[in-house]
Amino acid sequence: MEFDLANVSPEDRKEVERNVFFGTIDQLKGWARSNSLWPLTFGLACCAIEMMAAGGAHYDLDRFGVLFRTSPRQADVMIVSGTVTKKMGPLLKRLYDQMPEPKWVIAMGSCATAGGPYVKSYSVIKGVDQIVPVDVYIPGCPPNPAALIYGINKLQEKIRYEAKTGKQVTSR
Amino acid sequence: MSENDNREPEGQPEASSSPVASEPTVEPAQVESAQTETAQQEKAQTETAQPEPATTDTQPAAAVPSEPEAPAAQTEAPATQAEAPAAQEEAAAPPPARRVETDEEKAARRKAALEAREAAKAAAAQAAAQAAQAGTDGRAAAKAGDGESSEGEEAPPKPPSPKQPLLDKVTRLLRELVAEDAVEEAYINEANDHLPTLVVKNERWLQAASLFRNHTDLQCSYLRNVSGVDYETYMEVVYYPLNMDSRECYCVKVRADRELPSVGSVTPIWETANWNEREIYDLLGIDFPGHPDLKRIMMPDDWVGHPLRKDYVPLDPEV
Repeated sequence: MEFDLANVSPEDRKEVERNVFFGTIDQLKGWARSNSLWPLTFGLACCAIEMMAAGGAHYDLDRFGVLFRTSPRQADVMIVSGTVTKKMGPLLKRLYDQMPEPKWVIAMGSCATAGGPYVKSYSVIKGVDQIVPVDVYIPGCPPNPAALIYGINKLQEKIRYEAKTGKQVTSR
Repeated sequence: MSENDNREPEGQPEASSSPVASEPTVEPAQVESAQTETAQQEKAQTETAQPEPATTDTQPAAAVPSEPEAPAAQTEAPATQAEAPAAQEEAAAPPPARRVETDEEKAARRKAALEAREAAKAAAAQAAAQAAQAGTDGRAAAKAGDGESSEGEEAPPKPPSPKQPLLDKVTRLLRELVAEDAVEEAYINEANDHLPTLVVKNERWLQAASLFRNHTDLQCSYLRNVSGVDYETYMEVVYYPLNMDSRECYCVKVRADRELPSVGSVTPIWETANWNEREIYDLLGIDFPGHPDLKRIMMPDDWVGHPLRKDYVPLDPEV
């Protein structure tokens, strides 16, 4: 079947513009990725309780395409929810390394961001960005589910912006 | 890990009541005496042997501008404000925490802590003697003072603790069946529900533990908790054996040398001590010869040092 754009009548052209979105393949990928962010089921402290609440029926992360996966092989994003101890650090790094590309990290709460109240502890890593690259930091101790959803939305924005403009804004 | 009962439960109230006992009259120069009392109490509680002449001198100047229109509140205000400089001094007193100390400095600090403790003990004894003397003088002095002084006055005719027979029994059993010198100290910890507390000689501890476990009069079939303490001059392991039938609980403390601390393991006697002793070994570095599997339980296996020791210096710098 021949399809010549030059021969499309103005009426048909208007009809197409009303019903079809045009964009690059990168934008399509960004759209798909940002709306199917599958986080790794990975809770470390009290922030994980808020993360579970966000995943529950009331806040319902599923409506953003955020489905928790129990294997790093199937996950796109790691939500570091809680205190990262020095003993846990290597395990967290290994889980991150096991995730397939493209992958993102959300540091949830003040502990994962900068050590939080345990910043003077002998046993706590002062921010998970010392071992894995972090894309979004969510403040709070712990952040409530709405804050987590906001953080996830920010990550989605970043992914789409990167696809649209080609400027790298995520830290891979 | 923290030990919740005070090591010297009788030391604190008597030490804090010492300035009151030395000043029976409170009526003249009330503001000044209130200041000095509070300052001295702060000093006695923090156990710092440093003189603080500046504290009382600076007080009136600090108190007047803040409370110029309320002279009635003067007696109350300086008392509360006098605590602030003392607290500041207390906060300023310890050395910079993150500085790496040399061995000499550590030794000096340890010695200073020991001396401060001895001084506090001596002050407590002196205060007790003064309180006893003041008790014979009359009740008027006690009535004139505040609540703490009246508490100090009532201390001498205190009724014997309800747990005293228990303490006497276990002390007698240990002295008869283990060794005459097995019990170093024995007292009632009133703050902790009159808990009979014993300090047992390190070398005699395993014998004493099996006595606690097996003797028909003790039968402590359960070990509630084991904890370790770093007192800077020595290490201490605290055991809480419990008789499940009579619900009699004891507190047994075993002291160890600080450099190479070692206390016999009671895991063969009470199986539950296994992880407790591993934790104490992990965080305080106390060795438990006889333990079946003494290795770290909380910190990573390759961790250097024992973090809850007072002389522990973290490897990484702070933020």
